[in-house]
Amino acid sequence: MSDTHSRLIYMANQIARNFCALDHDAAAAATADHIVQFWDPRMKAAVSGDEAELSPIAAKAFAILRQPGDPAPQTRATVFNDVDEGGGSDAG
Amino acid sequence: MGYEKQPDFGTPASGATVSVTLTIDGRELSVPEGTSVMRAAATIGGDIPKLCATDMIKSFGSCRLCLVEVDGMRGTPASCTTPVTDGMVVRTQTPRLEKLRRGVMELYISHHPLDCLTCSANNDCELQDAAADVGLRDVRYGYDGAHHLGQKPDLSNPYFAFEPDKCIVCSRCVRACDEVQGTLALTVDGRGFSSKISAGTTADDFLSSECVSCGACVQACPTSALMEKSVKEHGKPERSVVTTCAYCGVGCTFRAEMRGEQLVRMVPWKDGKANRGHSCVKGRFAWGYANHKDRITSPMIRNSIDQPWREVGWAEAIAHAADRLKNIRDQYGSRALGGITSSRCTNEETFLVQKLVRGGFGSNNVDTCARVCHSPTGYGLKTTFGTSAGTQDFDSVEHSDVILVIGANPTDAHPVFASRMKRRLRGQDGRPGAKLIVIDPRRIDLVRSPHIEAAHHLPLQPGTNVAVLTAMAHVIVTEGLTDEAFIHERCEIDAYEDWARFVSDEKHSPEVLEAVTRVPATELRAAARLFATGGNGAIYYGLGVTEHSQGSSTVMAIANLAMATGNIGRPGVGVNPLRGQNNVQGACDMGSFPHEFSGYRHVSDTETRNLFETDWGVTLDAEPGLRINNMLDAAVDGTFRAIYIQGEDILQSDPDTKHVAEGLAAMDCVIVHDLFLNETANYAHVFLPGSTFLEKDGTFTNAERRIQPVRRVMDPANGYEDWEVTQLLANAMGLDWNYGHASEILAEIARLTPTFAGVTWQRLCDAGSLQWPVNDQFPDGAPVMHVDGFVRGKGHFVVTEYVPTDEKTGPRFPLLLTTGRILTHYNVGAQTRRTENSTWHPEDLLEMHPTDAENRGLADGGWAKLSSRKGETTLRVKVTDRVAPGVVYTTFHHPETQANVVTTDYSDWATNCPEYKVTAVQVMPSNGPTDWQEDYADLTERSRRINHEPAE
Repeated sequence: MSDTHSRLIYMANQIARNFCALDHDAAAAATADHIVQFWDPRMKAAVSGDEAELSPIAAKAFAILRQPGDPAPQTRATVFNDVDEGGGSDAG
Repeated sequence: MGYEKQPDFGTPASGATVSVTLTIDGRELSVPEGTSVMRAAATIGGDIPKLCATDMIKSFGSCRLCLVEVDGMRGTPASCTTPVTDGMVVRTQTPRLEKLRRGVMELYISHHPLDCLTCSANNDCELQDAAADVGLRDVRYGYDGAHHLGQKPDLSNPYFAFEPDKCIVCSRCVRACDEVQGTLALTVDGRGFSSKISAGTTADDFLSSECVSCGACVQACPTSALMEKSVKEHGKPERSVVTTCAYCGVGCTFRAEMRGEQLVRMVPWKDGKANRGHSCVKGRFAWGYANHKDRITSPMIRNSIDQPWREVGWAEAIAHAADRLKNIRDQYGSRALGGITSSRCTNEETFLVQKLVRGGFGSNNVDTCARVCHSPTGYGLKTTFGTSAGTQDFDSVEHSDVILVIGANPTDAHPVFASRMKRRLRGQDGRPGAKLIVIDPRRIDLVRSPHIEAAHHLPLQPGTNVAVLTAMAHVIVTEGLTDEAFIHERCEIDAYEDWARFVSDEKHSPEVLEAVTRVPATELRAAARLFATGGNGAIYYGLGVTEHSQGSSTVMAIANLAMATGNIGRPGVGVNPLRGQNNVQGACDMGSFPHEFSGYRHVSDTETRNLFETDWGVTLDAEPGLRINNMLDAAVDGTFRAIYIQGEDILQSDPDTKHVAEGLAAMDCVIVHDLFLNETANYAHVFLPGSTFLEKDGTFTNAERRIQPVRRVMDPANGYEDWEVTQLLANAMGLDWNYGHASEILAEIARLTPTFAGVTWQRLCDAGSLQWPVNDQFPDGAPVMHVDGFVRGKGHFVVTEYVPTDEKTGPRFPLLLTTGRILTHYNVGAQTRRTENSTWHPEDLLEMHPTDAENRGLADGGWAKLSSRKGETTLRVKVTDRVAPGVVYTTFHHPETQANVVTTDYSDWATNCPEYKVTAVQVMPSNGPTDWQEDYADLTERSRRINHEPAE
């Protein structure tokens, strides 16, 4: 396992852990949604979802990602402005 | 604009809305109630002579020069201390007044050196003007009596001199230090004729005193007693340009006062809506880096980083860079290329860099320094409020009753705003000061400073922000202190009830969590009660909130607290992220994140992509790009091979320096576009010289969402404004850009970005600034957000489970290191280290509690080795009880220290903002630099070799 791969696993688990206040399925969906919206394709592709180091929620998230289509937004952080909309921002 | 003094109305404006009508010298006028006669006269062009009055401070009534006659009033009242009344009849010029004023002036002049022709304030001196105004022709007292001449000047401050000979003891400097800056460093020592301005005790000079060199005293001085050394050196300015400071996120407006191409001084602009005429030591004085000998003005290239640099012309450098980028793209694909935009550059420049990356390189691998500072603010506030911008303007603090500062050190990092905050904390004109709650591991200056003392300081264990805020929420909910009306009207009730149940659980009580947070439960309960019940509650926070593995969760916990107490949507309240860099808000607005275009629209949205594709004539990637830290990982893996970095020094500023170096070293092409050969440039193949903020037109957007013009006051030393360099590179990459001025880029931004729809260069010039959104709904911008409801939907409470960081202390690394800034330096110090600001802070120091120091045999000033699981460095120790036992603190301004050698790659779960604020370390005595420091010093020396031979 490369350092990058380990880091990606860690990141996925960390995301999942911070959604733990949700129930298992919702946390997995939120984790999957987060990864879709914020991860570069090579990062998504680098994690198969079968890694033993993945937490149950993170593993389920990658199972969701293997299904066709992207998950719907699960939090407002992943609801972005429409083309002509100016209200929301996620300025850092 | 020529060189004219900024208008001085003598006394501050009244905030009253009721008008009174009076007559001055036969002219009737109406002014707000509470206005002084002096100010009223000035509004109609009257010019009552004055010396001790200036409109940045309250009237004092000591000089007796501004006397007037008022019908029905006995004697000759001072116009500065006499408020207008309805029907008042005032005469400002009568024979009696002329005689009185001339007598007063005689006394002032009788012991003032009459060296006007050689004085640095000649023709720019209020004493000189006043003498002329009153028609002084003779001084009857002679110059043989007691006088103040021949006193030794105080030249200790590197930027200004104090010449007691020239001082008229009007005390404007003392009052400016008190009222405007709030440091109270100056005083009038002695009485009567022996009165003298003093900085602290008789043993002190300005440098050794508590003076923070903000310049307010110099600005207030009516003579040359306090004068910028640059004016003494270069002479009186002959023209001026209003522009915006390029340091922190406050975004102060300055007047750059010039003599030819020489900048003589920067003076805060009274009409600046962010700073209201105040400044700090950085913006006011630390601009000398622009002409520092280290500045690189010629492009340079090299084939590999072990070679010396070769100076080349712009055409060769740009062609070389473009060829390398195109070759890499052809060989490895678009996603092997990326860029980093700069929060120190203008909106227009950052917009072009991300446009180049997306439209020219063909990837979305663009990121910005917000990644390492406030990216959790974006995630957290968007989730809770629907939009992440700070909710208030800076003026809002004047309406606050309780101010909660968490993870921020405003007096050092945002000093001009801190002065406004301190003014509110001190109280004014009989109005009691706001109460202060500070949540910070260190006892920052705000906790206890002159006339300010925090009601509660919660010195939490680093890394436990979420636990502390949840415990505060527990108190507020379980004690019934929530604002139910606000919650039911403005927020999603289901989410609120879930959250309320969560925080009410006994395991989130202050008593239970005290073991984790180390904050005494009684103190935390009292702080929570104060915030919930003390009136308008405002929360200000900084990187002590965001730079944690739970940075985003902490931001959401803050938002929860504000919503639960109804502190959103009016002046005096709100959630206020204090942004670090001058244009970090703007850089984010401009689409600097890898997942979204300008205006916060995701790259996967087809309609948005079509908009940009049509406008730009390119095809755009629909997938998010890499964040900075992921770029470095991918570089080590070989899938990311080229980067264009404008105005960022990631090697020094980003965590885990060795990993950053490894990533940069693995790339085939690193293009650094900067003023100096910074630390990142040690690993660069192409160096493109940059321009300073004084050398360009454009706009910055400050922490209030305030878009402000930046104006070119001198020609770029490197030949091009930064956006022009990006345009050269873009065109060499095959794009066809033809921008002739930054305003044309702004027009494109407005065309493509809904929140900027109503912004034009001309409107900004006319209005001075505009706070976005500027559109059909808010044609003049929006100072306070969420006034009648949240901008998008309802407020959303989020359950924030406390998840401890994985960075753990243990026997090998028993201490927790946290990092931050100091007043005189700015971030990696590339600018401020090249100014006299280093006088105050020549090196990074490690703050350590006396007990920890004694246990290790370390004394104040001794050298110590700071080690973590990632690396080690050496620096000197400052023993202080400002930090708690078990906690150490340092700054990251100096590359010799490289504080980030020891920080880890742990980061915020949602945004990958690095966890700078929590690193487990050990500190031991040391005899010298570490191997890393020695190796790095060698590398730096080798990397900065420049072959000045003309290219063949």
